[in-house]
Amino acid sequence: MSRSDVLVDADWAEAHIGAPGVVIVEVDEDTSAYDKGHIPTAIKLDWKKDLQDPVRRDFVDKTGFEALLSERGIANDDTVLLYGGNNNWFAAYAYWYFRLYGHDKTLLLDGGRKKWELDSRELSTDVPDRPKTSYVAKDQDSSLRALRDEVIAAIGKRNLVDVRSPDEYTGRLLAPAHLPQEQAQRGGHIPTAKNVPWSKAANEDGTFRSDDELTQLYQSEAGLDFGKDTIAYCRIGERSAHTWFVLHELLDQPNVKNYDGSWTEYGSLVGVPIEIGDGR
Amino acid sequence: MSADGCGAPAGGVSVSAATGTQAVVEGRVVHAGAPVATGYARLLGTGDEFVAEVPLGDDGGFRFFAAPGSWTLRVLAPGGLRAERSVEADYGHVTKVDVSL
Repeated sequence: MSRSDVLVDADWAEAHIGAPGVVIVEVDEDTSAYDKGHIPTAIKLDWKKDLQDPVRRDFVDKTGFEALLSERGIANDDTVLLYGGNNNWFAAYAYWYFRLYGHDKTLLLDGGRKKWELDSRELSTDVPDRPKTSYVAKDQDSSLRALRDEVIAAIGKRNLVDVRSPDEYTGRLLAPAHLPQEQAQRGGHIPTAKNVPWSKAANEDGTFRSDDELTQLYQSEAGLDFGKDTIAYCRIGERSAHTWFVLHELLDQPNVKNYDGSWTEYGSLVGVPIEIGDGR
Repeated sequence: MSADGCGAPAGGVSVSAATGTQAVVEGRVVHAGAPVATGYARLLGTGDEFVAEVPLGDDGGFRFFAAPGSWTLRVLAPGGLRAERSVEADYGHVTKVDVSL
């Protein structure tokens, strides 16, 4: 993979509105933004209602993913262009998710909804009616996803990247500062994890920084050993999907996993080591 | 919007979801006398370190749940409009910051 294989700009998206074989998908946690206006022809996916199991804390399974995409009118050979708010966090999560279930023709819109809005590009309230398909997913690709025991075993051995804000990393905040701070969990980070906030990988308009800037950020500034395997985490796995996208898709690092259990799981486990403060 | 996810709802989470233990920073953004409904408010920490961002609400509103201390608020809107304000937050206080672009 390289940048041009996975990331497109707003001009590309605008030129492919309504193009056969291209499905534009807005993904967010709060889909009211889609309802007020979205890129013309885009359909929506709700990060929680559509992509998470309603009972267990896990994804929808393969059968559920197949049913979802079939119902939304996405076919196996369609190119799926994902975008969303929150600087593409949830779109990057959906991108990772589509890759987990083997959808290869998946693209991310650089800058997402924010860049589109700041450019004053067209938004539509028309909801497209796509004919149903018979989507067939592959088995989940476990090489892209880290579970908790693997994370604990990786302490001091692999690169661990905590992509939350420095205040969450040190334990000063338990959630991003746009959310209330009461959480039944401990603050801090996984020992040996480097703190490289997701936001350092993005420009102010939500677009990704250049490959050279990103390499400088992770390798030179944060001291990540690109010869080692890497696990990225945040609070619930969507900001770290953004960093997974940078490391695995843009910078073509081979063994990068997203730990979607992230701090809400790790910070609530009994008996695991936690480090507080700046970790240096 | 619950705190189950990490998403930033337009205008910020309702203050009724907060308690007196929160350090709230909130306000409205206006341009030429009208609310700016399309735009973003960013909260920056020491050294302009990004902390959080919310899309503005229909009334131009935003809200953050910070920690006590000094913060920078930056607003971005279409047409290259932007503004920056220094704010102080503390637990149990709602710090109001209204911004005119």
